[in-house]
Amino acid sequence: MSQLRAATSKKEWAIEAEGLVKIFGDNRAVDGVDLKVATGSIYGVLGPNGAGKTTVIRMLATLLRPDAGSARVFGHDVVKEPQIVRQLIGVTGQYASVDESLSATENLVIFSRLLGLGRAEARRKSEELLEEFGLTEAARRPLKNFSGGMRRRLDLAASLIAQPPLIFLDEPTTGLDPRTRNQMWDTIRRLIQSGSTVLLTTQYLEEADQLADRIAVIDHGGVVAEGTVDELKSSVGTSSLQLKVQNPLDIGFARQTVERVLNVKTIISAESANITAPMGDADRVTDLLIALREAGISLAELSVQKPTLDEVFLSITGHGAEDKSTLASAKSN
Amino acid sequence: MSTFIKPGAERQLKNHTSFGQSVRNSLTMAYRGLLKIKRTPEQLFDVTLQPIIFTLMFTYIFGGAISGDIHNYLPVIIPGILVQTVITTSIVTGVQLREDMEKGVFDRFKSLPISRIAPLAGALLADTVRYTIATVLTFAMGYVMGLRPEGGFGHVVMAGVLVIICSWAISWIFAFFGVIARTASSVQGISMIVLFPLTFLSNAFVPVDTMPDWLQWFVKMNPISHLVTAVRNLVNLGTIGSDLVYSLVGAAVIVAVFAPITVRAYMRRT
Repeated sequence: MSQLRAATSKKEWAIEAEGLVKIFGDNRAVDGVDLKVATGSIYGVLGPNGAGKTTVIRMLATLLRPDAGSARVFGHDVVKEPQIVRQLIGVTGQYASVDESLSATENLVIFSRLLGLGRAEARRKSEELLEEFGLTEAARRPLKNFSGGMRRRLDLAASLIAQPPLIFLDEPTTGLDPRTRNQMWDTIRRLIQSGSTVLLTTQYLEEADQLADRIAVIDHGGVVAEGTVDELKSSVGTSSLQLKVQNPLDIGFARQTVERVLNVKTIISAESANITAPMGDADRVTDLLIALREAGISLAELSVQKPTLDEVFLSITGHGAEDKSTLASAKSN
Repeated sequence: MSTFIKPGAERQLKNHTSFGQSVRNSLTMAYRGLLKIKRTPEQLFDVTLQPIIFTLMFTYIFGGAISGDIHNYLPVIIPGILVQTVITTSIVTGVQLREDMEKGVFDRFKSLPISRIAPLAGALLADTVRYTIATVLTFAMGYVMGLRPEGGFGHVVMAGVLVIICSWAISWIFAFFGVIARTASSVQGISMIVLFPLTFLSNAFVPVDTMPDWLQWFVKMNPISHLVTAVRNLVNLGTIGSDLVYSLVGAAVIVAVFAPITVRAYMRRT
């Protein structure tokens, strides 16, 4: 019997959430989110600012009580058994959840002591983590002088003191420079090798692409798509084709032609006479160009773009990612 | 990350925090509070200056009018000033708690498997350092100005400890305001409105029999008056009376009421 349980528990989910709802005033910040995260995987929650990513994490991490729905972490209900769930998770917030006025060592020692480590043990653990995250030199300096990357690393180090089997990372690389971001990615990959499960939120498709085994795309508080990275990508087309017609009056006809030849839905922006279409098969573009020439439509510009978060959104939700700054930063990556 | 992490499904865990763990967590949080005071010593400005300035000011303004001369007023005013200053200091506890809670680190405290009361109890405990500084300075000022307590050193220490205990209890009220208020400045505002009448409508500065009857009724009920009387008896006479018992019972009641509702409000707040 116990062997049977052990066998089934290996397949158990690290996170199971059903119909999570959180309402702030009259804003349904999270509106019926279902998630299933397999033990030992990296799960990405992708979405623009204000989509509800942080609220989902806060509910799963017992920081916020769901208004409806339920969630379990390794089989323990987050509302009924919060103190057990807290022993299984590490949370790294969007804004570093460490004490600004104290030094890195002091922060880690205090968190270690709170987690039940003895005085000497806490000190040893802190040194070990500082070493591992390359913060030894800065250990005694007050955090006020830390760079964004150092703060994030310390924050992550603090989440790993108790070696939790599940780690929540809320936008771990937002605002980091590319080099620091790559270091953070390596760290996250190493966590998985040691047997942890990671749930991370991100605004960047590339990040989800690099790290996540599965992705949930969140928009307006709901999951609009879920699957592996490949599944999502193929739903968007690997790249998108952008056409600009010379005569803006031609745009309607040009759009019809594009939709007919490529057999896809397109988005136009009338003021710039731009047509954007997902490009699943590059060979078909030749057919399209011939068709356009035969129809007598002259092009001003033609470009191919790799899929961005915006395209995922356009294709899945039918509208763009609202937050323009999000868009810009996603594209600049 | 060198060792392999034990799978979550195989861990044996409990969903409650033991009393011993609560105490340990609170002490660790108090240690954090002390470290913060050590890092920003300028926040001790008020507890250092207020006892000095208030003692000088009140003694020389009211001394002649109330007790005939300064020297006779000292045994009356020093206990009064002591209670007023130390209790006013406890407002800062609420204000700082509000500021602290807005920072990300409180999210981490909430996500840790620690006793829920620890972040609050620890902060309040660390602030007893502030009360101690204010207490010592007020007595020192009194001594410099000529106060020679009849009760002796032992009873003065007892009086100091009594005031610190009662202020710690009262700081739970301000902690509650700190947890429910939106901004730090509103905590300061509400707390002053509560505390100002409470400390002045007492026997702290002026003999009660000079007040109108209806006011005397309130002043005699006021727990601050009992605390001031208890301190006066200890310092000036070296006696322990019913006022001391009233003060301690009052302190216990405040903690019993405000500690649970503060922790509840803290848990709800996001």
